[in-house]
Amino acid sequence: MIEEKNEAEAHMEPDSKRVSRSSKDGWIFFLCGLIGALIVGWIVFPALLYSKKSQPLNFSHASHGPESSAGLECEECHFFHEDGTFSGAPGITKCMECHEDPESPLGEDPEEVKLFTDYLKPGKDIPWLVYSRQPDCVYFPHIAHVKMAQIECRVCHGDFATREILPVYKVNRLTGYSIDIYGRNIAGLKKNTWDRMKMDDCAQCHRQKGKETNNACFVCHK
Amino acid sequence: MKNQEHTKATRYGMAIDLDKCTGCGVCVIACASENNVPVMYDESDKTRNISWMQVYILTNGSQFPHTKVIYIPRPCMQCDNPPCVPVCPATATRKDPNTGIVSQIYARCVGCRYCMAACPYHARDFNWFDPHFPEGTDRYLSPEVSPRTRGVVEKCTFCHHRLMRARTRAYREGRRDLREDEYIPACAQACPAKAITFGDLNNPGHTVSRLIKSPYVFRLLGRLGTEPKVYYISSEDWVRRMADNYLPGEFKGRG
Ligand code: HEC
Ligand code: HEC
Ligand code: HEC
Ligand code: HEC
Ligand code: HEC
Repeated sequence: MIEEKNEAEAHMEPDSKRVSRSSKDGWIFFLCGLIGALIVGWIVFPALLYSKKSQPLNFSHASHGPESSAGLECEECHFFHEDGTFSGAPGITKCMECHEDPESPLGEDPEEVKLFTDYLKPGKDIPWLVYSRQPDCVYFPHIAHVKMAQIECRVCHGDFATREILPVYKVNRLTGYSIDIYGRNIAGLKKNTWDRMKMDDCAQCHRQKGKETNNACFVCHK
Repeated sequence: MKNQEHTKATRYGMAIDLDKCTGCGVCVIACASENNVPVMYDESDKTRNISWMQVYILTNGSQFPHTKVIYIPRPCMQCDNPPCVPVCPATATRKDPNTGIVSQIYARCVGCRYCMAACPYHARDFNWFDPHFPEGTDRYLSPEVSPRTRGVVEKCTFCHHRLMRARTRAYREGRRDLREDEYIPACAQACPAKAITFGDLNNPGHTVSRLIKSPYVFRLLGRLGTEPKVYYISSEDWVRRMADNYLPGEFKGRG
C-alpha cells in the first residue's frame, strides 16, 4: 500500500508542474468550454427539448371572427354549457352550419377542401391540439374567469381572435405538455400575461386580484 | 400542533347516524366509483387494498341474546387539526382554510407515508401497485378526479370535485352561494338509509349543524384533539364509550 502511494505521488509531481506552467492557456480552454456549454444549455437543449407538431387543419380565426365574412362572435363557437362547463373548441356540426356543400366552397383556400374530405364527409371530429392544455391533475374553470372575473380571452391566450394561421404546436419531449405552459423564454422572462401559464402564474394573478383564497391546492387540482 | 384558523365561515362536515346505518356498504361502492379507486389484483388483501370509505363493525362483546352490532362508516375525518398535514415533508397535503377540507395532491406526494403513520383513523391508503381497472370499467372513469400512480398516498376528499362542479354551476346562474343540496359527497348521496348528512357545520341553516348539537353525538377518538369534522350519532352508550379511550369508570353516558 505505502509503496503504491509513493508511486502515485511520483507520478503527480510532474503533472502538477505542467498545469501551473500552462495556466494561461487553461483559461482559454475554460472559456471555450463555458461558452460551448452555455450554447448547448441555452440554445441547443431548448430546441431539442420541444418537438414540433402541426395542427390537423389550419383554422383561421381571422376569416371567421366578428369582422370577417363569416361574422361569428366568439360565443357562438366557444360557449358555456348549461352546467357552467366550457365547450372548448366546437365540434364539426358547428362547422357544417356553413360548410355544408363541398361543391361550392366558401373560400378559395385548399384547407377548406381538406376540411370536407378528411372530416366533414366521414363525420370525424377534428383532433385539435390545444396550446393551453394543462396537466390532467389541474382543474381550470373558464366560467369563474370569463364570467365572474370578466377577464378577456387574450389575457391568457394571446391574440387568437385575429390569427390567420394557427401557430406551430410545440410539445415538451419529457413531460408531453405544450410550450405555452412552460413559456417560450428559456430564462423565464415574461413580457405578456399569456407567455406562460405555470402554477405560479395562475397563483400570481389570483393574488393580484385579491383572490388569495383560490390558492389552496384543491382549488386548482383534482 | 397549531390550530389552523378559518378565514371564512364555511366548514364542511358530515354527521353519520349509526342508528340508521345498516352496514350495506353502498357508500363504499359509491365512493370507489366516484373517485376512480382502482380494483386490486386481490381485493381480499386488506393490507394493500384501497378504500377511501370503509365500514367497520363494532360489537358490544356480550353473549347471545345480548349481542349488539353496529357499523361505523369511516371516510377521512377532515380534521380541523389534521395530524397528517404537519408531518408531510413535501407539502402534498394541506388544509384549505376556506372549506376545512384536507387536500392531497398526488403529483406532489413522494410516498413517504408519514401521513399514514400520523393519521389515527387509518383514513389514508398507499398505492402499492399501478392502478388497474378491469376491462370495461375503465370506460366509467371520471375525468373530474385524477387517477393515482404507484407510490403515492390517497384519501377521501369529501368529493372536492363536486364542490367545484357545484360552484361552476352556480356561477353559470350568477350565484356565489351554494344551496345545501348542491354539494354532497357521493357516499351521502348514495346512502339508502339516509344515514349520512352533509353540509356546512358553521351555517345554522344546514341540517348538519343542527344534528351535531344532539346529545348523542360523538367523534372518533375525540379526545386526541384532532377535531374531526365527521360526527357520529348513536343512542347506544356502549358505542360512544368504545369510540374513544376512556379509563375504567371515566365514561359518563349522556341522554
Ligand atoms: C367558427 C368557430 C369559431 C369562432 C367563431 C371562434 N373560434 Fe376560437 N377556436 C375554434 C376552433 C375550431 C379552435 C381549435 C383550434 C385550436 O385548438 O387552436 C379554436 C381555438 C381557440 C383558442 C385556442 C385554445 C388553445 O389553447 O388551443 C382560443 C384562445 C380561441 N379559439 C379564441 C377565440 C376567440 C377570442 C374568438 C372570438 C374572436 C374565437 N375563438 C372565435 C373555433 C372558433
Ligand atoms: C358562419 C359560417 C361559418 C362557420 C360556422 C364555419 N365557417 Fe369556416 N368559413 C366560413 C367562410 C365564410 C369562409 C371563407 C372565408 C374567406 O375565404 O374569406 C370559411 C373558410 C374556412 C376555411 C378555409 C380557410 C380560410 O381561412 O378561408 C376553413 C379551413 C374553415 N373555414 C374551417 C372551419 C371549421 C373547422 C369550422 C368549424 C369549427 C368552420 N369553418 C365553421 C364560414 C364559416
Ligand atoms: C384566466 C385565463 C384564461 C382566460 C381568461 C381564458 N382562458 Fe381559455 N384556457 C385557459 C386554460 C388554462 C386552458 C386549459 C384548460 C385545461 O387544460 O383544462 C384554456 C383552454 C381553452 C380552450 C381549449 C379547451 C379545450 O378543452 O379544448 C379554448 C378553446 C379556450 N380556452 C378559449 C377561450 C376563450 C374563447 C376565452 C374567452 C372567452 C378564454 N379561453 C379565456 C385559460 C384561460
Ligand atoms: C389573469 C388572472 C388569472 C389567471 C392568469 C388565472 N386566474 Fe384563476 N381566477 C382569477 C380570478 C379573478 C378568480 C376569481 C373569480 C371569481 O370568483 O370572481 C379566479 C378563480 C379561479 C378558480 C376558482 C373557481 C371557484 O370555483 O371559485 C380556479 C379553480 C382558478 N381560478 C384556477 C386557475 C388556474 C388553474 C389558473 C392557471 C392555469 C388560473 N386560475 C389563472 C384570475 C386568474
Ligand atoms: C392557482 C392554481 C393552483 C394552485 C392553488 C396550486 N396549483 Fe399546482 N399546478 C397548477 C397548474 C396550472 C399546474 C400545471 C403547470 C405547471 O406544471 O406549473 C400545476 C402543477 C402542479 C404539480 C406538477 C404536476 C405535473 O403533472 O406536472 C404539482 C406537484 C403541484 N401542482 C402541486 C401543488 C400543490 C402541493 C399545491 C398546494 C400547495 C398546488 N399545486 C396549488 C395550478 C395550481
